[in-house]
Amino acid sequence: MSAVIQAPIRPAVRRRRPVTLAVGCVLAGVIVAVAVVSLFWLPYPPSDVSGGRLAGPGAGHLLGTDKLGRDLLTQLMIGARIALAVGCGSIALGGILGVAAGLAAGFATRWLDDTIAAALDILIAFPVLLVAMLLVAARGASLSSAIVAIGLGSSAIVARLTRVLVKRILAQDFVTAARTSGTSWPRIVLEHVLPNIWPTLVVNLALQLGVAVLAEASLSYLGLGAPPPNESWGRMLQEAQATVLTAPLGAIAPGVLLILLVIGVNLIADGLRDVADPTRRRSR
Amino acid sequence: MSLLDVTGLSVHAPDGRALVRDLSFSIGPGDRLGLIGESGSGKSLTALAVMGLLPPGMTASGSVLLDAPGLPATEVIGAPARRLNQLRGRAATVVFQEPLTALDPLMRVGRQVAEPLRRRRGLRGAALREAAVAALAEVRLGEPERIARAYPHEISGGQRQRVAIAMALACEPALLIADEPTTALDVSVQADVLSLLASLISARGMALLFITHDLAVVAGVTDRVVVLRDGAAVESGTVRDIVTAPREPYTRDLVASARVFDEALSRRKP
Amino acid sequence: MSPVDPADAGAVLAARDVHFAYRRSAPVLTGVSFAVTPGRSLALVGESGAGKTTLLRLLLGLARPTGGTILFDGRDLDLRDRARRLEFRRGVQTVFQDPYSSLDPRQRVSRIVAEPLRSLGLGIHAASGDADAFGGASASGGARASGGARASGGAGGRGASRAERRVEIRRRVTAALDSVGLPADAADRYPHEFSGGQRQRVAIARAIVCEPRVLLADEPVSALDVTTRVRIVDLLAELKRERGLTVVMVSHDLGVVATICEDIAVLERGRIVERGETDAVLGSPTHPYTRRLVDSAPRLPSLG
Repeated sequence: MSAVIQAPIRPAVRRRRPVTLAVGCVLAGVIVAVAVVSLFWLPYPPSDVSGGRLAGPGAGHLLGTDKLGRDLLTQLMIGARIALAVGCGSIALGGILGVAAGLAAGFATRWLDDTIAAALDILIAFPVLLVAMLLVAARGASLSSAIVAIGLGSSAIVARLTRVLVKRILAQDFVTAARTSGTSWPRIVLEHVLPNIWPTLVVNLALQLGVAVLAEASLSYLGLGAPPPNESWGRMLQEAQATVLTAPLGAIAPGVLLILLVIGVNLIADGLRDVADPTRRRSR
Repeated sequence: MSLLDVTGLSVHAPDGRALVRDLSFSIGPGDRLGLIGESGSGKSLTALAVMGLLPPGMTASGSVLLDAPGLPATEVIGAPARRLNQLRGRAATVVFQEPLTALDPLMRVGRQVAEPLRRRRGLRGAALREAAVAALAEVRLGEPERIARAYPHEISGGQRQRVAIAMALACEPALLIADEPTTALDVSVQADVLSLLASLISARGMALLFITHDLAVVAGVTDRVVVLRDGAAVESGTVRDIVTAPREPYTRDLVASARVFDEALSRRKP
Repeated sequence: MSPVDPADAGAVLAARDVHFAYRRSAPVLTGVSFAVTPGRSLALVGESGAGKTTLLRLLLGLARPTGGTILFDGRDLDLRDRARRLEFRRGVQTVFQDPYSSLDPRQRVSRIVAEPLRSLGLGIHAASGDADAFGGASASGGARASGGARASGGAGGRGASRAERRVEIRRRVTAALDSVGLPADAADRYPHEFSGGQRQRVAIARAIVCEPRVLLADEPVSALDVTTRVRIVDLLAELKRERGLTVVMVSHDLGVVATICEDIAVLERGRIVERGETDAVLGSPTHPYTRRLVDSAPRLPSLG
């Protein structure tokens, strides 16, 4: 042993219990459970209008019916499925495309980087609505068209964020140290770049998920989203606007579920970020 | 009579940790005092506390009495912001370590120097411009007219620090606080800036509070030093006494460390 | 101050008439030549804009000179050849100025220090039976480590399993941490749990874990407090002495340089203006720039 340790090794800060993660999992878990149940069982068939229009909550219809006489609970359960499909689908698409493009730009030399950055700026300026209309024109209105349109829109934002994060990490000395240690670029990406950027990315993607679900609502309103009778929460919200005073539950219920989903996903993202951050963790 | 009297100064972080503990020192008109310490010693926080510029959440207790000629004596701790604004610049002013962040990147150097001159001396128009150029010339910047028209990023680090000094001096303060003013500079530039600072201060009869981590640097600038560690004063005295006969173990360690590198420089062949 | 011929036999690392310029910019380095011979540590001294950092990047093979050559073991440093690249990386390691940016905050110290072993395949190397390299490394690295270190050579053996390889990497990491004065339990911690000086020790452990011959250090102590600075300088001196490590240090601090390096080369605006034995150059500088540097160094009042 050559030298003395000059200072005691700092005690790690106390670990923040991942309460946020647990709460987020419960919130999002409820929505996921409802969506899964809806695949096997629904209180009424989606197109059943036997309950009469705008019936209040009661024994037959737990949450009442909408203005066409359809069971509200049934609609909400189907909506959960659609919300998750839109949210997860578009985020998966946007995340994969965005991270790939961002990594490419982050690593690229000046000329290619400038080109990708300009392309991203154009894509961000390009309204999702326009993309959606083009897609619908090409493939017809469907849930998948909406997912692709929203996914493309968010991929540009993800890519731009990824690019900045990657550049910041590449400028760190530990990346240079990895290079002089003989670590290959692919391994530098896997072992140094991605572990350092994903927590920020995940939080951003969670925000995007909320945006995606709402974007789908606007698309369906314009007839560019999921076609009836499978209506999304966003569509339900829009349709309940006219009757919000007489039958408030029709607007409140999908709104609350939407908020719960968005909050849940954001809490999960925050929680994951905290758990992944060693400065918030106690060593064994 | 003292210009600055610090008595029992403590600074606490928002979480209650004491970052400066029961620190006392005083500076008379024209005095030069060095605060020396390593990272985390609380030396920069002390400077901020004296100016009433502690970051939000930090609390100071004890007494910081600033009594500049021509101004009412003021207890800085707890003084209202308006009162402190009157003191800043005239009673005391600071030159920071990093000249790049101390200057507004979007404003020409001449205008930045002119601002305190306008406030302090009420100059306007051509007279103000001339005074700004004169202030730049006083800190021995060559071609002061050209520098006045430049933006901060267009001049070198040493030139920027001279501009920062010119701005501080334009306020004609009774006390100049220099917080590691040469740490970010090259060694040869550091030597020039230190000698400039020393000559300006004696020419104007200003007092100096010089904050640094470098014993050798402070030895060339101030007469007395206070050695800080973990927010508390360990030892104080004349620079010569501290360097040649340190009493406390920590000071001895500090001096011995500085000695290692100093002696390596002396050991050279003729 | 004899001009060094970079073709000198025995030079580990050498620059021969090296030029470097970014496109459409003034040259950063002009006609730089020097040689690093084993056992004589070299300081590259200069102020900001002198081209020190660029020179270091060239010596590390992170950039290629626009003119002239960098030589490793007397041959042109060409990192396109894999075997040659591994040999170079094993032989030349580096320590950075900023101990905060040089350690990945999301990796444990054990993983950080093991990175050269994993990437340069030294662990595998040992396992696949390169007894020579492995035995040599163990003899010098393991000797000072805890007495219970496993006998060299036998550890890997042919066809060593993954587990055995992991054990061997772990053993070498512990030995490296020990020789920089860190306790074995430092391995399981994260960088933020350490002070600046301790982080710099971790960085040095990473640099010496694969037993390099040359350590390129970029202002290795200038971010540290003076009391810590002395300890890290002592550590570097000890590594020089006990491992025969040759240090190439880029610095602006003449005091630090004079403590560690036998030779010095003074850079001014991309050119070497003076070169020779450190004591001689600092004692009687011939070039005006060197004289200015020496005169500018702040000094303590003498004891007399």
